Amino acid sequence: MFEGYDCGNLFDEAIQSTGAPRPGAAALVKRINGLPPEELQRRQRMADATMLNLGITFNVYGHEGGTEKIFPFDIIPRIVEQHDWDQIELGLKQRIHALNLFIDDLYNDQKVVNDGVFPRELLETAATLRPQCRGFRPPQGIWCHVTGTDLVRDKDGQFYVLENREVMKRIFPQVFEGLPIAPVENYPEKLLATLMHSAPKGIDDPNIVVLTPGIYNSAYFEHSYLAQQMGVELVQGSDLAVVGDRVYTRTTRGLKRVDVIYRRIDDDFLDPACFRADSVLGVPGLMEVYKKGNIGLANAPGNGVADDKAVYAYVPAIIKYYLNEEAILPNVPTYLCGDREHRKYVLEHLAEMVMKPTNESGGYGIVIGPRASKAELDDVRQKILANPRNYVAQPLLHLSTVPTLVGDGIEARHVDLRPFVLCGEEIYVLPGGLTRVALKKGSTVVNSSQGGGSKDTWVLRRNGLHAPGANGSAQNQSQTQLVGAM
Amino acid sequence: MLSRVADNLYWMSRYIERAENIARFVDVNQAVALEPGDLQDDPWAPLIHATGDWPLFAERYGQTTRESVLRFLTLDPEYPNSLISCTRAARENARTVRESISTPMWEEINKLYLLVNRAARELSPSELTYEFYNQIKLASQLFVGVTDGTLSHGEGWQFVRLGRLIERADKTSRILDVKTYGWKHTPAPGDVQPTVVQWTAILQSVSALEMYRKVHGRIHPTCVMDFLLLDREFPRSIRYCLRFAEESLRIMTGSVPGTFANRAEQLLGRLRSGLDYTSIDDVLADGLHAYVDKLQMQLNQLGDAIRECFFATPALPVSAK
Repeated sequence: MFEGYDCGNLFDEAIQSTGAPRPGAAALVKRINGLPPEELQRRQRMADATMLNLGITFNVYGHEGGTEKIFPFDIIPRIVEQHDWDQIELGLKQRIHALNLFIDDLYNDQKVVNDGVFPRELLETAATLRPQCRGFRPPQGIWCHVTGTDLVRDKDGQFYVLENREVMKRIFPQVFEGLPIAPVENYPEKLLATLMHSAPKGIDDPNIVVLTPGIYNSAYFEHSYLAQQMGVELVQGSDLAVVGDRVYTRTTRGLKRVDVIYRRIDDDFLDPACFRADSVLGVPGLMEVYKKGNIGLANAPGNGVADDKAVYAYVPAIIKYYLNEEAILPNVPTYLCGDREHRKYVLEHLAEMVMKPTNESGGYGIVIGPRASKAELDDVRQKILANPRNYVAQPLLHLSTVPTLVGDGIEARHVDLRPFVLCGEEIYVLPGGLTRVALKKGSTVVNSSQGGGSKDTWVLRRNGLHAPGANGSAQNQSQTQLVGAM
Repeated sequence: MLSRVADNLYWMSRYIERAENIARFVDVNQAVALEPGDLQDDPWAPLIHATGDWPLFAERYGQTTRESVLRFLTLDPEYPNSLISCTRAARENARTVRESISTPMWEEINKLYLLVNRAARELSPSELTYEFYNQIKLASQLFVGVTDGTLSHGEGWQFVRLGRLIERADKTSRILDVKTYGWKHTPAPGDVQPTVVQWTAILQSVSALEMYRKVHGRIHPTCVMDFLLLDREFPRSIRYCLRFAEESLRIMTGSVPGTFANRAEQLLGRLRSGLDYTSIDDVLADGLHAYVDKLQMQLNQLGDAIRECFFATPALPVSAK
């Protein structure tokens, strides 16, 4: 299957430049080569049919009668070797630890600003800063309970952090369904523990709910999946009510108190009495209850300030400032257009760089210099000049590739990696995470809304496979129907 | 349980049962209409009358032909009680409470939805065969079985059963009405009466023929009516449906027999005990159609009471803020 496999001069996750498999991928490549012809395609079709039957789909357009499509999924897994994973895990723990301290500081003492490490101007112009949260500290001081961080691997094989966090983005359910190589670790179980930890003080057995914008949200499947797997209720804003100093659900037997909300609604829509008044998704009065310490919210409102791409550029400095350590996972070099020197450089090198709006996610508004037309470059130049703070620029990375099933054969396609980090009593990194793959040849756009798909991510463990032990056989099924009874 | 979730579970279940019964409806008529020497001028009209949606049909189609009736009942997305609309509504409800039902339940609903949607895309009404409707019935039965076997029999399950049984009671009454529509009283000599073949088809449409034989033997119109209305043990008879619908309500409210805790329980208790102490002669004295009509009205009132008692958003005390 791998004859003629061409990954150019890029870094491929499975095949070395000599054409031989990497050590971690050798067993997989051998297995695939040993399959009868068409077998991979057959399994791919089975996987697709399963996802269709399970309704793991999104609406293509409109709703009623609109065609539903499955989330594209490629069955050839992406393998991450143990030594790579160790670095990712350590790096993410360090990063989230520092970002938590940073957010807490921003809303309280602002030492990082007063000490001149982080510019006040950047802080005050961050669209995701929530002045309503000034002076507040969430239970246990945790602001970002659940974080997804986008990593990419460049030509040199080094992992870089590409985005700070994309908390609200879709995860893809199969990521959680156990990783076939690493011992299965249960994400919903860990998430439940994290949420329980964020309960108001003195509540031992908190009532937890997942708050969703509803079935038309593109990540609805994931919301309901997580609620189901954790065994907690999935609620919409209209199911919740604030009475007095508490939040309640409306049930068939009256009101029931809620202690923790894992909310999958943006800050802006959370509480029309505090944020956007036109929100119909949220719960009026929720923030008052929150500030009185009577409800836990994960993630904490206001945590989005760390998603700002200009803040991202300061993460190495932030890590140094709070932890006195060097960043384990490097950033992609980032030029802030709000800075005169940086802007000058960016405008001179537009055709070589990638320009990104600072407050957008999901790949929106990104201009890739080498692939942009002159008109597009002129357009982004005007936008940068009009609002420099709103743009950062980075050199174009050469995303690594992974063998991917394409038609009759296997071809190299670009991938990124989004591991998930939970911050509760301790910081936990889910082994593996989401590998997104750009299914179009040569494309580096991995977003599912723009032709991207997903792959399983397998983290190899040094000790090899964990085999279930033999526990002896069960009792005989001794009872049978008496002969002659029929 | 959240009031909204209870509402969604109840309606998910009702819509699945409704979809199944549309398949049964069509089935009985397919069989009867194929009979040589048609007794009725218009064999498809009673089917529309029995749905209670005649005005909507007349407005959208006018003529009752096999094609227009099948399209209306099965594939018309604009008709809220069509097979396809019911399937979609069931799935939307299920999707909203995905975390409250089991994965096998969700998968069966979703497969049913895909089956019907595929039919809507690919089949013309002339291709809607016995085989298709049978698949719908089986899918619904599979869903009921999977629900029983994989959903804990707590409050949610009770709402699922309640919805299914109320819907089924209503639909059995309508299936009975398909062939008896137009009778004002006990059949008069001039009335066009269903033949033995037709009564057999009615029994078959609710999969009741074998069970009927064990109780009544030969086919007599009054016995068929008796069986479908008043049999205590057949799971699609109206009396049976209401008996266990009442049980579900009692389990949820904790009321002892002979008492009621809310309006829904009161209405259902009254209706069920009425059926317990009715004989088929009493029914025929009023005329079957009149009896069935009243029953359907009472079932609608019961449905309203259930919504009021369990799903309606309670008025909240004014918050301190």
